[in-house]
Amino acid sequence: MLKNLRLSLVLLLICGVAYPLAMTGISQVIMPAKADGSMIKDEDGNDVGSELIGQMFTDPSYFSGRVSSIEYNGAGSGSGNYAPSNEDMIERTKEDMEAFLKNNPDVNKEDIPADLLTNSGSGLDPHISPMAAEIQVPRVASERGLSEEELEKLIEKHTEGRQFGVFGEPRVNVLKLNMALDQF
Amino acid sequence: MDFLQIALVLVLLNLLAIPMGKYIAHVFSLEETRLDRVFGGTEKIIYKISGITQSNMTWKQYAKALLISNIAMFGIGYLIVRFQGILPANPSEIAAMDPLLSFNTVSSFLTNTNLQHYSGESGLSYFSQMTVIIFLMFTTPATGLALCIAFLRGLTGQKSIGNFYVDLVRAHTRILIPLSIVVGLVLVGQGVPQTMEPTITATTVEGAEQQIARGPVAALESIKHLGTNGGGFFGVNSAHPFENPTPFSNVLEILSMFLIPASLPFAFGHMTRNRKQGWILFSAMGLMFLAFLATAYFSEANGNPALASIGLSQDEGSMEGKEVRFGIAQSALFTTVTTAATTGSVNNMHDTLTPLGGLVPLVLMMLNNVFGGDGVGFINILMYAILAVFIAGLMVGRTPEFLGRKIEAKEMKLIAITILIHPFIVLVPSAIALATEMGSSAISNVGFHGISQVVYEFTSSAANNGSGFEGLGDNTPFWNISTGLVMLFGRYFSMIAMIAVAGSLLAKKPVPETIGTFKTDNSTFLVLIVATVLIVGALTFFPVIALGPIAEYLTIR
Repeated sequence: MLKNLRLSLVLLLICGVAYPLAMTGISQVIMPAKADGSMIKDEDGNDVGSELIGQMFTDPSYFSGRVSSIEYNGAGSGSGNYAPSNEDMIERTKEDMEAFLKNNPDVNKEDIPADLLTNSGSGLDPHISPMAAEIQVPRVASERGLSEEELEKLIEKHTEGRQFGVFGEPRVNVLKLNMALDQF
Repeated sequence: MDFLQIALVLVLLNLLAIPMGKYIAHVFSLEETRLDRVFGGTEKIIYKISGITQSNMTWKQYAKALLISNIAMFGIGYLIVRFQGILPANPSEIAAMDPLLSFNTVSSFLTNTNLQHYSGESGLSYFSQMTVIIFLMFTTPATGLALCIAFLRGLTGQKSIGNFYVDLVRAHTRILIPLSIVVGLVLVGQGVPQTMEPTITATTVEGAEQQIARGPVAALESIKHLGTNGGGFFGVNSAHPFENPTPFSNVLEILSMFLIPASLPFAFGHMTRNRKQGWILFSAMGLMFLAFLATAYFSEANGNPALASIGLSQDEGSMEGKEVRFGIAQSALFTTVTTAATTGSVNNMHDTLTPLGGLVPLVLMMLNNVFGGDGVGFINILMYAILAVFIAGLMVGRTPEFLGRKIEAKEMKLIAITILIHPFIVLVPSAIALATEMGSSAISNVGFHGISQVVYEFTSSAANNGSGFEGLGDNTPFWNISTGLVMLFGRYFSMIAMIAVAGSLLAKKPVPETIGTFKTDNSTFLVLIVATVLIVGALTFFPVIALGPIAEYLTIR
């Protein structure tokens, strides 16, 4: 038993202490911004958020992100874990759809992209699909008194393609897009 | 584009697994190799401090060493989470974990399951994340690999079964630690945090306060996948943008968790000096994997009929519970790999999968042998291979042989019990949970899906997977005790039984190959083994599948 305990403690020191601390040290030296969570700061140096973590946008003059049952509170993470057959989810989607159509009267119901009305897995998804951004253009344009062409250009500028041209999906970072809106 | 990116990942995996298999065979060679010159020095220091001699063991000594070392690790882990409130590295001031949840958590990480009835952000201090979670994330796949190698030594008739401590240490120094460092640093490059700073508060664009939890995530993330562990730093696991920020990090995590399970058939081919034998087993598992992957992909891509009926376009597929950066292709691939390799990390919420999309992870864990976790999964498919040989032997009326050794009553009894124990510890507790208030009150999605939630939880525990239909409210005494016990049974019973089989085979005289010998390295055997797996699986689990996902599929509108 004693040698098992000794071996366990040696492995604990190597794997549980030395390894994570060494990883922290190396990461903090060569990639400090990423290692600290890719935080975005404003001109005064205050933290506005992280470019990887989505934010809650309720003001109609901003592009809105995906549904989040935790309202983008990054102290935790999670979703409603609704089964595809769950009545509460159907009800939530119906309500969100009505609200969206009210705020965006030019939009046909069938044209709303599904990612805009579904809860992301993490509740912190920073992205929406390019289509989900474009469908909000008329609303944001009229709220801000900007032309639709200008906004479409802005979306295009903030659209990330598939990584290495193959992996994942094209997407728009909502926080970065909205920060760019405020710079206009 | 979906097919291209999936195919590309699988081709990459294959290209990596073949040399990795050769490397693993060298790492655990009983002869001296060149690797000893690189790693031998460090390993000698570890042996010296721990007081370990490197002599070969009998199967009973090997099993005893495995069990006692695991008990020691359990004790250390349990004490740390119980006292994390007063231990260092706790900047977010998290209190001690309660006793039953501690039992469940430590059992879960000790058995390579990583079922989590707590949320990492609020349930564990950084010290616990490092010295319990990350520590066990290394030792448990190392234990699984050691056991697998010992089993293969018995099966291939090497001079001895080896020494458990040597195998355990080598799995750390020569495989898991170097790979974790490389993968971890690439993940930081993709945006995974690695910091000891506490949760940060930001002021959002709209002026609200937003808390953002972070921590030493990358160090955990790499070994979580390389060790087929699966427990997340955060509650939502690899769906969290800090655990899995980009499509490339997703690909890297998929390759990491699949690398060792996929390379073991090739390591086996080297050890038997019959590479074709390794390829046949790899292909058998690969074919089943592809069939399940296709089911998951098409089911998710077709979307949710219940949302289509209220007029929400399903052109993007079923996006509830999924992340935009991954879409359907990277989500379906991750789901299939994480349950084939019994890792249990998730990049989308399995509870929200469409009925047939959710059937795939459930069935993969029920079979528990389509690649499987580090080491233990490959033992499972070999167990089915021996069963297939036995059935074939019975059909033609001769004593079955596998790799030149007679398979007799003693081995078959152990194998039969091991195959039967898995459905037993899934179905009996599920029945108890569904029949009682203390079990069924945890269900969050009523109806047929609720049955799936309960069965998924116990299947995941028994297969040492760790993913969940997470809507289940499972942090209660009933669920903590029952799943804790199922995980321990699921892990150690088959381990001890299989090492006994290996010991018994090693003691036998090899029989020379004749013209009448049943060949196990051709396509006939491939068909036989796939059929054995599917028939045994279907006979055992079909009724419960019909009550859960299939009934939901037939009724969803």
